[in-house]
Amino acid sequence: MRIVKHGKLAAGCADACCLKLEGISVNLQGDSILEDVSFHLHCGEIAALIGPNGAGKSTLFRSILGQMTYKGTITFSPAGGPAIRLADGTAAGGRRPLVGYVPQAPHFDRGDPVSVLDFFTAATAKWPVWLPVPGKHRKRAAACLARVHGEDLLDRPMGVLSGGQLQRVLLALALEPVPHILILDEPLSGVDIEGEHQLLDMLDELRTQYDLSIFLSTHDFATLSQFADKVILLNRKVLKSGTPEEVLSSPEFYETFHLRMGKGGEG
Amino acid sequence: MEWWYTLVSLLPFDWAQPGTMLFMKHALLAVLVISPLFGILSTMVVHSRMSFFSDALGHSAFTGMAIGALCGFHEPTWAAIVFALVFALLFNLVRRRTALANDTVIGVFSSTAVALGIFLSTLGGRSFTKFNNLLIGDILSVEPAKIGVLALILAVVVGLWCLSFNRLMLSAVHPALADSRGIRVFWQETVFSMAIAVVVTLSMTWVGLLVINSLLVLPGAAARNVARNMWQYHLLSLLGAVAAGVAGLMTSYYIGASAGAAITLYLAFWFLVTFLFRKRG
Repeated sequence: MRIVKHGKLAAGCADACCLKLEGISVNLQGDSILEDVSFHLHCGEIAALIGPNGAGKSTLFRSILGQMTYKGTITFSPAGGPAIRLADGTAAGGRRPLVGYVPQAPHFDRGDPVSVLDFFTAATAKWPVWLPVPGKHRKRAAACLARVHGEDLLDRPMGVLSGGQLQRVLLALALEPVPHILILDEPLSGVDIEGEHQLLDMLDELRTQYDLSIFLSTHDFATLSQFADKVILLNRKVLKSGTPEEVLSSPEFYETFHLRMGKGGEG
Repeated sequence: MEWWYTLVSLLPFDWAQPGTMLFMKHALLAVLVISPLFGILSTMVVHSRMSFFSDALGHSAFTGMAIGALCGFHEPTWAAIVFALVFALLFNLVRRRTALANDTVIGVFSSTAVALGIFLSTLGGRSFTKFNNLLIGDILSVEPAKIGVLALILAVVVGLWCLSFNRLMLSAVHPALADSRGIRVFWQETVFSMAIAVVVTLSMTWVGLLVINSLLVLPGAAARNVARNMWQYHLLSLLGAVAAGVAGLMTSYYIGASAGAAITLYLAFWFLVTFLFRKRG
C-alpha cells in the first residue's frame, strides 16, 4: 500500500490521513441507523464497505457526502491543502470537500432520449442540453470519458448502455472535477464478470494516478482480496475492520452473514 | 396587434383578408404561442413521468375557477392560478414527506380538488352548466390581452429552460446524484410543477380541460419514439405541437368541431407516425 505524506494534517492522525471519521452516529425518527462509527482511510487506498442490507452503508455514504445530519466528526485532509473538519455535519467556514460520487446505477429506460453527451454536459456545464451541444463541451466530455476508456460511448443513448458501461460513464462524471475522495455505491451489482474486471482495473489505475481514496460498498466478497486494501464490516456499528483476509475470516463476518465457521474457527 | 393583422393578410385564406375575422387571427396567434409552450413542457412531463400529475393539475385549475367565481372575482383566472400554485407546492411537500407512491399521492390530491370544485360550484343549488365551456374550451374567444399574457409565460418558460434545464433533467434522472452535485432537487421539481400549473390554468379556457393534458403528454411521447438525444427530443416535440396546433385550428374553422379536440387528434396521429418509425435497440 502506498502512503502519501501531506503538508497539513488532521490532528491525531498518523501523518497520512485522507479521510477520518470519528464517532459518527445517525438517528432517523428515533431509530439509530449508525452508532459511533470511526475509521481512517488513507490516500491511494481502496476500502470496501460490507454489511447486510439495512446495515447503514448508504447512510454512511450520505453522511460523508453531506446529505445527512450526523453527530461526530469527519475530517478530510486533501493532498496539498489544509484539512477540512466537519463537526456534526457542518463545515467550518462553509468549505466542503470534493467528494466524487458514483450512485447505485440509475434506471434508464431503453427509450430515454438522453445521450451520454447530454447527461455529461448537463452535469458539468451550464449549456442547456436541449440545444445542440457545442464542440467545446463535446471535447471536454470526450476527454473525461477517455479516463475510463469510454470515448466511443459519447453519442449512445444512456438507456442502451450495459451495466459496466453505465458504471464507467458515472465514474467519468464523478472524476470531473477530480475529487478528494471517490465513493461508489455498489458499483459491481448489475455488472458482468468482464465489466467487473474492467472496473476494478480502472479504479486501481485511478488511485495511483490521482492519489484518490476510494470507498465502495459491495456484496461481492469473492473479489474483495483482489482489490481492497481495507475492508470495513458494518452493521449499524463497525463490527470489524482490517485487511480482507482478517475480516473475511473473523467470527463477526460469519455471524453477520449467518455462515458456519469451518474447522479451526471459533464458532 | 396591427403588425399581426398585416402579417396574416399575406396568407392565402379568405379569413386572412384585412378587416375581417379578427377572432380567427387572434386564435391563430394564440395557437402559435400556446403550442410551443406545451411542446417544451411536454418533454419534461414525459421524461419525469408526470403526466398523471399534470392531469391532476387540470382538475385543480377548474376548482380554482370555481373558488374565484364564488368569491365574486371579475377575473376568476387569477384565483385559479393562485390555487394551482398552492396545489403544486402542497403536492411536492406531501410527496417528499410520505412513503406513499407518487400516483397514490396524485390520486389523493386530484380527487380532493375535483370534489372541492364540484362542491363549491354547486353550492346553494347553483347549476354546474356555466362551467361546461371550461371542459371543452373555445380558442376563438381569445382576446389580444390574454395572448400577451401567454407570450409572457412562454418567454418565462424559455428562460427557465435556458437557466435550469440541466438541473431539472438531472433531478429527474437521479435525485441523489443531482444532490451530490449541489442541485436543490426539491426546488427544481417544485418550480417545474408550478410552471405547468400556470400554463394549464391560463390556457384551460381556450384548450378545454378534457383535452389539455393530452397536449402535455402527446408531443413529448411522440418525440420520444424517435429521438436519440435531448436536442432531437425538443425539436420533434416542438414541431409536432406547433404543426398539430395550426392544423387543428384550421380543421376546426373549416369543418366545425372543437379546436382543442382537433389539435389532440392531430397529435395522436403524429404519435402514430413516430411510433411506426420508432427507434429499436
